[in-house]
Amino acid sequence: MSLQTVKFYQTGTYTVGNRLLGPDDRSVQSGELRSNSINSGHRACQGCGEALGARYAIDAAMAESNNQLIAVNATGCLEVFSTPYPESSWQLPWIHSLFGNAAAVATGVAAALKVKGKTDVRVVAQGGDGGTTDIGFGCLSGMFERNDDVLYICYDNEAYMNTGVQRSSATPPTARTATTMPVGKEPGNVFGQGKSVPEIAMAHGIPYVATATVADLRDLEYKVRKAMKMHGARYIHIFVPCPLGWGSASHDTIKLARLAKETGMFPVFEAEHGEVTSVLKIRNKQPIEEYLKPQKRFAHLFGKHAHPEMVAHLQAIADRNIRKYGLLDEEKAHG
Amino acid sequence: MLKQIEGSKAVAEAIALCRPEVICAYPISPQTHIVEALGEMVKSEKLTPCEFINVESEFAAMSVAIGSSAAGARSYTATASQGLLFMVEAVYNAAGLGLPIVMTVANRAIGAPINIWNDHSDSLSQRDSGWMQLFAETNQEAVDLHIQAFKLAEELSMPIMVCMDGFILTHAFERVDIPTQEQVDGYLPTFDPRQSLDPKEPISIGAMVGPEAFMEVKYLAHAKQMQALELIPQLAAEFKQQFGRESGGLVRTYRAEDAETMIVAMGSVLGTVKDTVDEMREQGHKIGVLGIISYRPFPLQEVRAALVNCKRFVVLEKSLAVGMGGIVATDVRMAVSGTGLKGFTAIAGLGGRNITKASLHKLFLEAEQEKLEPVTFVDLDWEVVNKQLEREKQNRHSGPIAENILYDKGMSTSAKFG
Amino acid sequence: MANKPFAITLKPGTSLNNLTGSWRSERPVYLDRLPPCNNACPAGENIQGWLFHAESGDYEQAWRVLVQDNPLPAAMGRVCYHPCETACNRGQLDTSVGINSVERFLGDEAIKRGWKFDAPAATTGKKVLVVGAGPSGLSAAYHLARMGHQVEIQEAGPLAGGMMRFGIPKYRLPRDVLDAEVQRILDLGVTLKYDSKVANIQQSMKDGGFDAAFLAVGAHIGKRAMIPAGDASHIVDAVSVLRSMEGEDKPMLGRKVVVYGGGNTAIDVARSVKRMGGEPIIVYRRTRDKAPAHDFEIEEALQEGVMIKWLSTIKQAEVGEITVEKMELDEKGFPQPTGEFEKLEADSVVLALGQDVDLSLLEGVPGLEVKDGVVQVASNMMTGFAGIFAGGDMVPSERTVTVAVGHGKKAARHIDAWLRGESYEPAAKHEIAEYKNLNTWYYSDAHKTVRPMLDMIRRQTSFDEVQGGLDETNALFEARRCLSCGNCFECDNCYGVCPDNAVIKLGPGKGFEFKYDYCKGCGLCVEECPCGSIKMVPEDI
Repeated sequence: MSLQTVKFYQTGTYTVGNRLLGPDDRSVQSGELRSNSINSGHRACQGCGEALGARYAIDAAMAESNNQLIAVNATGCLEVFSTPYPESSWQLPWIHSLFGNAAAVATGVAAALKVKGKTDVRVVAQGGDGGTTDIGFGCLSGMFERNDDVLYICYDNEAYMNTGVQRSSATPPTARTATTMPVGKEPGNVFGQGKSVPEIAMAHGIPYVATATVADLRDLEYKVRKAMKMHGARYIHIFVPCPLGWGSASHDTIKLARLAKETGMFPVFEAEHGEVTSVLKIRNKQPIEEYLKPQKRFAHLFGKHAHPEMVAHLQAIADRNIRKYGLLDEEKAHG
Repeated sequence: MLKQIEGSKAVAEAIALCRPEVICAYPISPQTHIVEALGEMVKSEKLTPCEFINVESEFAAMSVAIGSSAAGARSYTATASQGLLFMVEAVYNAAGLGLPIVMTVANRAIGAPINIWNDHSDSLSQRDSGWMQLFAETNQEAVDLHIQAFKLAEELSMPIMVCMDGFILTHAFERVDIPTQEQVDGYLPTFDPRQSLDPKEPISIGAMVGPEAFMEVKYLAHAKQMQALELIPQLAAEFKQQFGRESGGLVRTYRAEDAETMIVAMGSVLGTVKDTVDEMREQGHKIGVLGIISYRPFPLQEVRAALVNCKRFVVLEKSLAVGMGGIVATDVRMAVSGTGLKGFTAIAGLGGRNITKASLHKLFLEAEQEKLEPVTFVDLDWEVVNKQLEREKQNRHSGPIAENILYDKGMSTSAKFG
Repeated sequence: MANKPFAITLKPGTSLNNLTGSWRSERPVYLDRLPPCNNACPAGENIQGWLFHAESGDYEQAWRVLVQDNPLPAAMGRVCYHPCETACNRGQLDTSVGINSVERFLGDEAIKRGWKFDAPAATTGKKVLVVGAGPSGLSAAYHLARMGHQVEIQEAGPLAGGMMRFGIPKYRLPRDVLDAEVQRILDLGVTLKYDSKVANIQQSMKDGGFDAAFLAVGAHIGKRAMIPAGDASHIVDAVSVLRSMEGEDKPMLGRKVVVYGGGNTAIDVARSVKRMGGEPIIVYRRTRDKAPAHDFEIEEALQEGVMIKWLSTIKQAEVGEITVEKMELDEKGFPQPTGEFEKLEADSVVLALGQDVDLSLLEGVPGLEVKDGVVQVASNMMTGFAGIFAGGDMVPSERTVTVAVGHGKKAARHIDAWLRGESYEPAAKHEIAEYKNLNTWYYSDAHKTVRPMLDMIRRQTSFDEVQGGLDETNALFEARRCLSCGNCFECDNCYGVCPDNAVIKLGPGKGFEFKYDYCKGCGLCVEECPCGSIKMVPEDI
């Protein structure tokens, strides 16, 4: 999927860079002159997946737009840790307005650029899962429906982390949050119906929808760059583990993202005009426990008062993703 | 050019002459005709270059305007009532970010009960949002204030609401002088934003500010509105020079020279007030009028100067601070504090109730005689109100107030005329 | 910024003022761990180091790094039992990297392209005598020459190579390959005198004005076993058989040849006999899994039709037949006689029971210690007599070409130091790069390139090489299978995965540096380093 045809057996196509590749085939992140859109000194927690995902995505968008990029940011961790007065980490024109309006503000920026004939300058909007799947959902849907020339990137860490780890509509069932405590008969978050914003985005028929994780940089960059080559409303949903909110080790951020994909818990795919065009296959399928166990937010599913039925239920969700998106390949081909 | 034209249409034409670059529209009565007309002008390329965006909510409308203004485009939207409340978070944000957005508020009551008719509750609820608010008395003034508003907003990098009474002005066909493009171009320079999202000079707009600087930021916003107090009369004077008529300014008095009783009001009701005052003057009453055009910033000095020589004043306002009384009145009283002037508050016209000359006549006479209560509810149906209050006293579960009142009204009507 | 709104609008990138490094309780540090292949290599090759260059297709640079330790890659790439591959971490992932075949490819490439060794920067004026032109002597001569010493090899025989020529059959090491690699050493200015048996080392040193000597005469005397024989003329030793195969006249062993022993030499002899049209039977007193020969050699021999009688000893050898006694293993695993006998046809019996050293040249040298038939040396390879060093099969060690080459290098370094009146201190070994230090997600799954095998018939009837070499495509492929255990291969992962941009990329070949001003110590770089060349260390607080 990540359009990497050369296979380097030492490094595969999984590492960030590769001295063996030609300059054109290297990732943006491997470049000495990458834009580092979010500069050092930001106040994200140790091992923050969102800080990483945002730099991955925005650097790629910067590269693709020749640094002619404006970013709009919803309220949330990313905003707070990057721009506490008097210091900003952003190295590109950036605006934060509100929690729920990033998509609309981006529409406004795009409209201004269009009316001013600045066709080379592009717009990305970004927010966390709360700012995207909950409070910003209305503006997001409006932006999609109008097909405004905005790439919206959601950094999904599955809860409201900035406010102290409360449940969002992206929080997985059974997960412990401050508002879904692991107590009572059904500890943790409820088994609701879920809310796949990528699928909802697809239902708008917009030119491009993709999911990605911080564990597969090349795939992520490929998708951002592809999205940046297109016009109209585009949506990329990036899975970014949160050590603080998930109760995981700061060095496990990428590993957990990888496991989310390898278990089928987080399907990685892309879609154009409402149709899935490719999926990132599972390379080495893992049982759901491998993903759950390193995270304290799922700790109540194991141990003394274990809930194997809930684990089985989560496994069933992963299995359904695998079936639905065809995540397992018989030939075990991978990109 | 003089035109017999609907207020909304006239305002739309005035907006178009100001060359807005981004217009966001979301339907809510009674502002719809303005953006409808603008939409047509954009689509037919009479207004170009301009992006007309049909958004999915007022919150989005203001948010889009925030984005476009921050990216350096002259941005406009219009709303009213519930719509204004729905966008409140973004309204405050636009002011906090110092984005010179111009918004027409076609003033309308706020529910529940839902009501589409005029009063000033909506924009007055945004009194402290950091937006400037100018109130038009006539459609001509509405046209003129919009032209001045863009200049004022952009000069200060502050958003502004131009408030015009819903239906009373927006839907009224009156004779309006629509200026020419040359006239407006000669008055209103192109937008030179104080800050703009531009890859050539990257900045971060909308930082998180803690206790160490938040008060300063807020004070600076206040200071800007204080500057507006000087700028507004200046712009009105320039306007007169360019367009040949008086329009705008902070306040406007009428027959106030030797007035012992002053009537203070905002918006279109000033017309009825002036008519009433004319009649009373003919009858020998020493009564005058103070119209407030600039509600925010509030011109304390000008209001004080206009009232200091009278003996009493009535603030006639189309808004109610529930649990307190008047809203404008509070500001006016502050303006005259220490003068010992007697002030009365008259709440009138809520939810579009007609304010008749007869009622005003009665009110002003009582004021002159200082027989008024501190807060008077003009033309309130006391019979209905008292009935409901009695009912509630007897039974906690007395049912929905609005329905009870309608029922009572029906009953009383049939009793009177049946 | 002066005219921009206060506080709400900020300058870009100003967060650099916030030094988040102060959050850290542990810091990442780059380190080189010792790859298990390097650690296992008796010749001390920097395998990971030369594979690094081979991966980028720079074969000459790869070869140059390789020959810093071993001047005989084409030979070694054929005859080494590659303990490196046994140790290779990739073996735990799929199958180990074919290091040996890449080495051979590089060796062959060097011969094909005529690559020469770099001449020493300066000469020292010191003269060193090397006795014996086997792998150990050649290696020592090579290293000493590159250090600038004047080296003369005195070889008792008519040809160079020692056991590489006289102990290893042609089908495993073609002689043109060996000749080319020897010649390249001589091209460095090393003098090689054939048919010059050193009878008295002290005398030879004195006569030639040598400042030091390295003895590497090998072990050429085949061990005999007491086998009651009616006629001992058909009992020969393996070394003689293999040596005679080098000459024009092939040894007359007859059709039925019994090879007695279970080591690699026994296998070599048996396979050679098969190629000469004979019917070899190996007789070995223990079982296959106890046999010292490498299992893959046994397997190849069996495939070629070599018969093996396990758990058998020769009790009697008569003309045309031998008597063997069946053995059985006791509980300790030692073979014990059973009293069951069997007769086998045997035109000749080849004893492959090991070799002894000819120590005659050392007679009269004071301070020398000989134990179990081999010369004792100190850790610096020096014998009890100052200035005389020894290595290879004549000192206590495993007797392989690779060990011998390693001895040559080691001795050369110590001789060099000794000549300067110093002592050579090898650098402390880095900690081993273990499999658990790796993050293998980042390596693609690739299968080992199977070296093309000659077909069975061809292998059985000629002395052509059994194993074909890699061509460039699959050599590159194979090289790129290296996991670069413990040594940065510039994959940029640390540079990429740092959420704080706290890694500086220094450019090709220069690696990376941490910006400790900003590193928060999350440890992502360590976790996501594929090869385990970063570790966390506690911060002094």
